[in-house]
Amino acid sequence: MTDALTWPLYDGGFWPALLLGLFFGLALEGAGFGSPRKLTAQFTLRDFAVFKVMFTAVLVAAGGLWLAEAAGLIGGNSVYTPTLYFWAIALGGALIGAGFALGGYCPGTSATGLASGRWDALAFIAGMVAGVWIFAGLFDAIEPFYLAAKGPKSQTLDQLLGLPTPVILIVLVAVAAIGFRVGSRIEARFGGPIGAAEVTGGPAGGDAPGGADQALGSAPNRRQRTA
Amino acid sequence: MNAAPRPFWPPLVAGVVLGLALLATFLITGHGLGASGFFTKAAAAIGDWTLPQATAENSYLGGYVRGGAPLAGWITWEILGLILGGLIGSLTSGRFRVQVERGPRIGVGRRLAAAFGGGILVGAGARLARGCTSGLGLSGSATLAVAGFVFLIFFFAAGFATMRLVRRNWT
Repeated sequence: MTDALTWPLYDGGFWPALLLGLFFGLALEGAGFGSPRKLTAQFTLRDFAVFKVMFTAVLVAAGGLWLAEAAGLIGGNSVYTPTLYFWAIALGGALIGAGFALGGYCPGTSATGLASGRWDALAFIAGMVAGVWIFAGLFDAIEPFYLAAKGPKSQTLDQLLGLPTPVILIVLVAVAAIGFRVGSRIEARFGGPIGAAEVTGGPAGGDAPGGADQALGSAPNRRQRTA
Repeated sequence: MNAAPRPFWPPLVAGVVLGLALLATFLITGHGLGASGFFTKAAAAIGDWTLPQATAENSYLGGYVRGGAPLAGWITWEILGLILGGLIGSLTSGRFRVQVERGPRIGVGRRLAAAFGGGILVGAGARLARGCTSGLGLSGSATLAVAGFVFLIFFFAAGFATMRLVRRNWT
């Protein structure tokens, strides 16, 4: 499209960034994603919030972008769409999944964990900085792998599959709906989902460096759940 | 003595709020939300303070420090907002706790070591993938990018596989 549309504004300024980040942080903290036990419980099947929240957010934003384009508010190809580098993204995604299960966070949620008082999030962040340095030190050696199996620029699912965007969206909504139902049933069977009281009370002996207040009563509350 | 924390938001509510924030980000900036990019900038900045020459000569990080002020930029302001949002959310809900959060069978030292080790994998993995759960998984998938869905498939598969090995750290 060559005609100049008002949207996106392409505003990279300080205040919009701070405000958008603020809503991002409120949503992550509200979802319980400051807690590494809630986050990693996705992978023990005790809590499907990671799947549910991510899938819902993807669909709300994807549906909104489609509507904005259909209404002529934004042009095609007007928002940044990443390009596939198959092997780097596959292995990078796997490293993040493994590090998430081991360390309890991903980059965004580690900031949420830190903001809600968790020292382990700070250790995770220090690890990420070290991980960036290791990657940078190895970069020359792994650059061919980093660039291998490049897909078409900014390719989307509708282009890959040759289907209209609404069809893709409807299929994704169906997958999400099934995931919500099945997930709720599975997490209930494993004693989930994990509530706020459990992760702020800590396990028996849960504590903080410097003896910060953990005086939530002495009863072990590992199995405690919010209503 | 802390008051009882308020419950987390239902996943559907949190997902809709997150999705609207993401949509607004696309409409205002032309790109999605991210996170790992900030920690890359932080790594470049710390490298610049401690080992300026090695950092400037590095083929990956050099570009971050060449123009000076490696931390300045959109993603830094966004992460500041993210931390502020997490702080406001946890303080107003009674969910703020100074703690080392961990499973009932792991000590503080081992938990911090595991967090550091997991951070190394995530920091390196995000550079390799050119993004993280936010930038690729969330924002990439919202544009229906194939890259976003490939990322999510491998992220979830590796998460489940690794949890079989580290389950004792959490349960």
